[in-house]
Amino acid sequence: MSLLEVKDVEGGYGGAPILNGVNMAIDREDIGVIVGPNGAGKSTTLKAIFGLLEVTAGSIVMDGHEVANQLPDKLVPLGLSFVPQEFNVFTEMTVHENLEMGAYIRNDDISDTLDYVYEMFPPLKDKRKQNAGELSGGQRQMVAMGRALMSQPKLLLLDEPSAGLSPRYMMEIFETVVNVNKSGVGILMVEQNARQALEFATKGFVLAGGNNRYTGTGRELLDDPEVAQSFLGG
Amino acid sequence: MNELIFFVNKVLISGATLGSVYALGAVGVTLIFGILRFAHFAHGDMMTLGAFVAFMLVAVFQSLGIQTPLPTGFIVLPFAMAITAGLALGIDRGFYQPLRAKGVKTVTLLIASVGVTLMMQGVIRLFAGTGTRSFFENETKDLYRFKLPIEGVRRSINFSEPQILVIVTTVIAVIALHFFLTRSRLGKGMRAMADNPSLAQVSGINTAAVVRATWIIAGSLAAMAGTLLALDVILKPDLAFNILLPIFAAAVVGGLGHSYGAIAGGFLIGFAETMSVFNWAVLLRPFKAGLPDWLPNDLSIVPSEYKLTVAFVILVLVLLVRPQGIFKGAST
Repeated sequence: MSLLEVKDVEGGYGGAPILNGVNMAIDREDIGVIVGPNGAGKSTTLKAIFGLLEVTAGSIVMDGHEVANQLPDKLVPLGLSFVPQEFNVFTEMTVHENLEMGAYIRNDDISDTLDYVYEMFPPLKDKRKQNAGELSGGQRQMVAMGRALMSQPKLLLLDEPSAGLSPRYMMEIFETVVNVNKSGVGILMVEQNARQALEFATKGFVLAGGNNRYTGTGRELLDDPEVAQSFLGG
Repeated sequence: MNELIFFVNKVLISGATLGSVYALGAVGVTLIFGILRFAHFAHGDMMTLGAFVAFMLVAVFQSLGIQTPLPTGFIVLPFAMAITAGLALGIDRGFYQPLRAKGVKTVTLLIASVGVTLMMQGVIRLFAGTGTRSFFENETKDLYRFKLPIEGVRRSINFSEPQILVIVTTVIAVIALHFFLTRSRLGKGMRAMADNPSLAQVSGINTAAVVRATWIIAGSLAAMAGTLLALDVILKPDLAFNILLPIFAAAVVGGLGHSYGAIAGGFLIGFAETMSVFNWAVLLRPFKAGLPDWLPNDLSIVPSEYKLTVAFVILVLVLLVRPQGIFKGAST
């Protein structure tokens, strides 16, 4: 049994369902990348896993616990952490306080995790007393990921971490994602820059119309001529 | 010199007292706005309620024959704050929480709070009547005079006991609040939720606990402000409803949702009110010989009946120059 198993999940925001049977399985060693056209339900899938919209059918099992429709304050202690695409830092709080908020659910000593995050994102250490709202887009993304790592997750959900960043920053974020994964955190991310992301993905999911169209390793999807033509722009 | 002391008594001490009460009220309003995003109109009556709770506790203390060196109304303050915090939690549970659970717009919560304010006014009058009461019926209100050791100075700087208590207690409360918001986990969680509620939820912050903490703090500060105001002036059923508007002005001037802004706004409006009704001609008296005859004897900016309008002039002026308030508020 995988760390996270998403089975035949359907759901939406109360109106017509957006997800019509999504299936995924992710382990701690995996980097899963969800790609697909606009409106395919990529971000919606992450939000469904994280209890931010109603799941009407199917099951989501995290580490042996059924978690469909559970609120985040139950999910974070189970080892799940989420980085939203936008508004993902506390702008009026310092970098350090942002990280502390990531560890809100913990009652133990967080200094080791702080060191780990500052090591992962060296620019943040110098700016730890600065308000997160004053940082550049790339650094904010680091704060957002750092915050999510502070709860010591087993699985990190990332919603388009490279959105709005320059290509240089994009590669930097991708490198960090790989490093975070090497340190023992599973990754499930939605990504617009599909080609670059599938290069390092151990699992790729092509969503369209709210369900899985293709599933395979990143390499398999890249080499599949149909996927390449329909979803990766030829 | 005598005239300057008159200025200190009339403007600085009164302004600091009034500003303290405004600041304590405005902090509560601004915290509730930051967390729940609605203007809590019943806050004035929560202050009055706190003062009446304190008054009842004083009656209990006195019937037990307990004598205290400080005014009994001040000694019972911690108990009154705890009881009012409990009542604030009850009001939220009974009226606002069911509405939030239904996902209503914040304007609905605002209207509900107008309903709660009317209800509380009725309940207070039902139990306590419509008359005025004094915390000092069985005690004396001490007055402290500080003579300056300067030749020819006849006037003394006067503090009443309640005035000192108001100012000192407010300073302590503000410092305590500052440490709570910047050092404690729950306090930081409150700031996080005011900053970005959805990210706070995503981080696993127990938002229901933060809401409860907000009501406990706002309710106890309201009781503190109401009781201290009643000690300084008099206890009556419309005690704080009358100053609700300047309190809101203070919160908005400071930047809604911003605690330090509310404190600054409270003192700004408190001092502005006392300054605008001060007769500035008093300060010119020593130079009377050199002044033209046509200068009137009364140089106050507005007559004291119009004191409350000053808050709104300040509000309009600040918002014209800095629409987000002195500090950047959560409403922007």
